[in-house]
Amino acid sequence: MSGATDGIVRASGAGSRFLRILLFALLILFALYYLLPFFVMLATSLKTLDEIRTGSLISLPSSLNLQPWVEAWSGACVGVRCDGLQPYFWNSVLIAIPGVAISTFLGAIAGYALTKWRFRGANIIFALMLFGAFIPFQVVLLPMARTLGFLGIAGTLAGLILVHVVYGLAFTTLFFRNFFVSVPDALVHAAKLDGAGFFAIFFRILVPMAIPTFGITVIWQFTQIWNDFLFGVAFTVGDSNPVTVALNNVVNTSTGVKQYNVDMAAAIIAALPTLLVYVVAGRYFLRGLAAGAVKG
Amino acid sequence: MSGVTLENVWKRFGTTEVLKGIDLAFEPGEFVVLVGPSGCGKSTLLNIVAGLETLTEGEVRIGDRVVTHVPPKDRDIAMVFQSYSLYPTKSVRRNITFGMEMRGVDKAKQDKSVADVAALLHIEPLLDRKPAQLSGGQRQRVAMARALVRDPDLFLFDEPLSNLDAKLRIEMRTEIKKLHQRIQKSVIYVTHDQIEAMTLASRIAVMDQGHVRQFATPDEIYENPADLFVASFMGSPPMNILSGRIVDEGGLAVEVSDEAGPVRFPLPDPLARSVAGAAGRSVKLGLRPETITGRDGQQRVADLFAFERRIEVIEPTGPDTMLITSLGGEELIARVRPEDRAQVGQPFAFEVNMAKAKLFDAESGRRL
Repeated sequence: MSGATDGIVRASGAGSRFLRILLFALLILFALYYLLPFFVMLATSLKTLDEIRTGSLISLPSSLNLQPWVEAWSGACVGVRCDGLQPYFWNSVLIAIPGVAISTFLGAIAGYALTKWRFRGANIIFALMLFGAFIPFQVVLLPMARTLGFLGIAGTLAGLILVHVVYGLAFTTLFFRNFFVSVPDALVHAAKLDGAGFFAIFFRILVPMAIPTFGITVIWQFTQIWNDFLFGVAFTVGDSNPVTVALNNVVNTSTGVKQYNVDMAAAIIAALPTLLVYVVAGRYFLRGLAAGAVKG
Repeated sequence: MSGVTLENVWKRFGTTEVLKGIDLAFEPGEFVVLVGPSGCGKSTLLNIVAGLETLTEGEVRIGDRVVTHVPPKDRDIAMVFQSYSLYPTKSVRRNITFGMEMRGVDKAKQDKSVADVAALLHIEPLLDRKPAQLSGGQRQRVAMARALVRDPDLFLFDEPLSNLDAKLRIEMRTEIKKLHQRIQKSVIYVTHDQIEAMTLASRIAVMDQGHVRQFATPDEIYENPADLFVASFMGSPPMNILSGRIVDEGGLAVEVSDEAGPVRFPLPDPLARSVAGAAGRSVKLGLRPETITGRDGQQRVADLFAFERRIEVIEPTGPDTMLITSLGGEELIARVRPEDRAQVGQPFAFEVNMAKAKLFDAESGRRL
């Protein structure tokens, strides 16, 4: 990222120094603005209920009280079941991992076929898939429910995985198509002359080149699937709910005292994996977004 | 070793005709260069021989085998691409062995082949690098190594030198020629650079708009171009083409006129016979720059003819100096010795060797 622009001569003098200070002041202000909600959540999750009631929203907790986290993870009540978020968290993992893997793999193959093995109508198929990326969630709810019922997987994890794979395919295909279209056809020609077929070219030549694209696709799909609420609430029931739906049920419970600290801890737990994926694969995300801007 | 035969090859993309009935037969071991301006169909023709492009009509044979419907990998060919097309994530060694891996050649044989070809192309120190760590010339060598290691019957080169800088291009050109003399395999080489074509080819096919204009040895192409297109495409600087009229004033001549007055180029015997009795006919007179010199710029031969024109531009190249003037409304380039002092705007006495002149029909462009 850096390096290429380091040597560019900048304007100097009092005026431009003032502008730079102003720029950084603004950036810090906005950074604080964005961090504040997370700070409030974290601080609240570590306070006792008494402290929440008496203290201010942005005050630091007087002591580290981990009880709300334990409660959120394994004790909070979702409906009548009081096992915390834990079982639903694992549901989400069981949905997200195959959902991400299958949709990414299929998107990669589809993007490859659409660009490197062009066939009559490839452009139309791609246009239709692109259209799929713009279909709002709620439009597909009813037809999808009918389809899942027909397939006999309504209300199961497998059903929700299928929904995410189908819905995600438009995006993953788009990502991979845009990457593979920048790979010269001559490379594929060379591999064909070397005796490689459809899958050999894909796995041996193109997949290693597409690692950054895999990175951004995995982040995108994981975030989409993990954070999804609508499909989760529509296509699963009770024990097969993903963590987002369970979180809603914990927070929106109408019985007992409102436990803000447990709610906050639960919300952070539910958001943690996407944060983790972004930290681990984030550099690919940036690299992937910048890819194609400049030919390496 | 096998030759290649193309029979009535047509290629259409929708309604655009890219190749319009190509008939060519290449001898085994021959170095054939397909040359032409961009869009003439030369690369399409090469891809058809490679099997990377289907043909609309016609037949392709490698040796005696009809390969029209044989996939590229089964044609026993290797190809060097313009952009090298090295696999970016593989080391040089793995780039070279990929074809053998795909064909299930055993490891020991692979290692030996890589060692041989690396020695031949002097790339041993590069074997463990990635393509991104190589210079243009080195990538070119690796691309050739990848083709050579296959030991195929036929090599295809698709403008392999066009991405190199001028000096390296000349070096690699010589190297490719040496390599061919050593391995004696059939080569089809596509380029838009007529100098590459002249220096490398045993025979050149000059292509234009989907047709082969002429298929002959470099000498023949240069000395006896079939038509105006071939004449003006081959040669640098290009042949001067002047529009004129046949006149008969005690011997046939071509008259080229402009505001500075007419110049009558007398036609020597063989040329005069080709247009006998055609006085008044419009023709194009082709004069190569090196046949137009200053006075005493060439050997005393019978058919020298002198005329004067003002010099417009002087372009020294070192060994020769190009003088640019105009005649009959066309630009005329003469190649003179550097010591022939000339000044822009001054008249200069040119001398033409008419024995080397070519005549073309003004309408069809065919050579007369």
